[in-house]
Amino acid sequence: MLIGHQPKDFLLAVSGLTVSFDGFKAVNDLSFYVEDNEIRVIIGPNGAGKTTVLDLICGKTRATSGSIQFRGQELTKLRENEIVQAGVGRKFQTPSVFEDLTVFENLEISFPRGRTVFGSLTFQRDAAVKERVEEVAEMIFLKDRLDTYADQLSHGQKQWLEIGMLLIQDPDLLMLDEPVAGMSVSERAKTAELLNRIIKGRSVLVIEHDMKFVEDIAHKVTVLHQGQILSEGTMEHVKNDPKVIEVYLGH
Amino acid sequence: MIINSRFFNRTELIGFVALALLLFVILPLSLDIFRLNLVAKYLTYAFVGIGLVLCWGYGGILSLGQGVFFGLGGYCMAMYLKLEASSVANTKIQSTPGIPDFMDWNQLTQLPFFWKPFHSFPITLLAIILVPGIFAFIIGAAMFKRRVGGVYFAIITQAIAAIMTILIVGQQGYTGGINGITDLRTLHGWDIRTDHAKFILYFVEVVLLFGCIIAAQFIRLTKLGRILVAMREQEDRVRFSGYSVANFKIFAFCAAAIFAAIGGAMFTLEVGFMSPSFVGIVPSIEMVIYTAVGGRMSIFGAVWGSLLVNFAKTSLSESFPQLWLFGLGALFIAVVLAFPNGLSGIWQDYVQPHIDRLLASRKSKPGNGFPVADGAPAE
Repeated sequence: MLIGHQPKDFLLAVSGLTVSFDGFKAVNDLSFYVEDNEIRVIIGPNGAGKTTVLDLICGKTRATSGSIQFRGQELTKLRENEIVQAGVGRKFQTPSVFEDLTVFENLEISFPRGRTVFGSLTFQRDAAVKERVEEVAEMIFLKDRLDTYADQLSHGQKQWLEIGMLLIQDPDLLMLDEPVAGMSVSERAKTAELLNRIIKGRSVLVIEHDMKFVEDIAHKVTVLHQGQILSEGTMEHVKNDPKVIEVYLGH
Repeated sequence: MIINSRFFNRTELIGFVALALLLFVILPLSLDIFRLNLVAKYLTYAFVGIGLVLCWGYGGILSLGQGVFFGLGGYCMAMYLKLEASSVANTKIQSTPGIPDFMDWNQLTQLPFFWKPFHSFPITLLAIILVPGIFAFIIGAAMFKRRVGGVYFAIITQAIAAIMTILIVGQQGYTGGINGITDLRTLHGWDIRTDHAKFILYFVEVVLLFGCIIAAQFIRLTKLGRILVAMREQEDRVRFSGYSVANFKIFAFCAAAIFAAIGGAMFTLEVGFMSPSFVGIVPSIEMVIYTAVGGRMSIFGAVWGSLLVNFAKTSLSESFPQLWLFGLGALFIAVVLAFPNGLSGIWQDYVQPHIDRLLASRKSKPGNGFPVADGAPAE
């Protein structure tokens, strides 16, 4: 690993990251680097610490030690909303959308303007907002559902809506936690298509179990096991790594 | 008053006009001054209710300590009135003339420093807003920045209400103790005890109430209002959309505190005294009940809830003083279990559809643009 002299052009540089919950190290001295426009998939068995890594990057969980540099900015010291404003977007495993608001209002809230208390009091729903919301709604297949309350949407549609809410934030680093989990076959295909479209021009960090899906999108795969990196490289490399076969992919 | 058709949807507009008619025309014409003054007293709780709709109904922050802010507003007003009533001429029989009577009884010989600004009417008006506002800000910042929320926050606000009562009762010489601040006479030289003054004060209060309704409606319709709803449901998603959740909660809590304080100040003027019995846990919970009965998602509902529950309280507690509290408790449980959206929810689910059908059958449907939002205020 390149500790100490990592080149400057990494978008995300995680080094020596450790978090311990009452002595249990969920993530243990983890280091990895994500480049601009790279699609990185994190795989690993249950409890390997995949979701915890995303939680650490987006500030939901505080690191015990180590550093997370994003465009040279230290994320471990920032609050969650400041990390979002720095350009990191996070999608949760279970769809978390605002069910008492319409699809339009859900997307509007994510529009990156008027994020302070007084900014949101004076926020105007102007043409730029409407245009952007409609544009994103079309991408996430919800263009004709803009006035629908989000609690009326199917599970898959809620997942898309949340992806749309991230899109409208236009983050430089997009983190997706099992984006196709619990989706029907047709929804899954549409989601893959959607993801392939939205990952252009930004870096993406994805947790996924669906190997077919991983092969489709990954530039590089990181395999986590017990909070540490077991293997890292192309899908081809990882698939043939005996250690990975042993603990995760099976014989 | 010019009402933008976007500001109120049709249902809300009907609710607004109906309430305005009732409060500005029907009640003043049909009630004698004693009853009108009672209505004015009930309406002071509507201010608290409007704040609770924003803070609890929309933001999901249940405060069981709104009596504290109601009391702070009321005490600020009472301190000014008391100082005016304690002129040297009025108090020359005291051992220290020129200070409020209860201070004299408690062997104080000098006006405490924090009473001095209340000689000035403008400062008093400012204090009515700022003192509770700043206090709510401090509580909010201390709690919400540390992510204290939900039931824990409710319990802490309740504890603050209890502490406040103990403090006021205990510091008799500075606060008037358990009796409160009584024997208030004039406001800036104008006698507030006459029937005529009570009539005027009623209208001042109703105008202020409508001011608060419009302010609350404005907040509700901005993006901030939608963020409050969003926060209630998915706090993390709001946080990870780039918002500081704590700041929005502080705002809602401060707004609710300021509304409550305006109600408290009006209470002092209408009723002519202020005492710790309007500050503690029981009145604070009663205020939540008024809001729950009226409908916690409805600004107008909060006003109706305050009016109706207090009316019931007055008439029932006259005839069955012991039973009233059980009645109030039963009412609260019934509303929470059967009608979580209170009277406004009942109106919207059972009455509004009939009215809509009636209107639709009478004339060929006009384009009424706006869909009724979920939980939108009904009459």
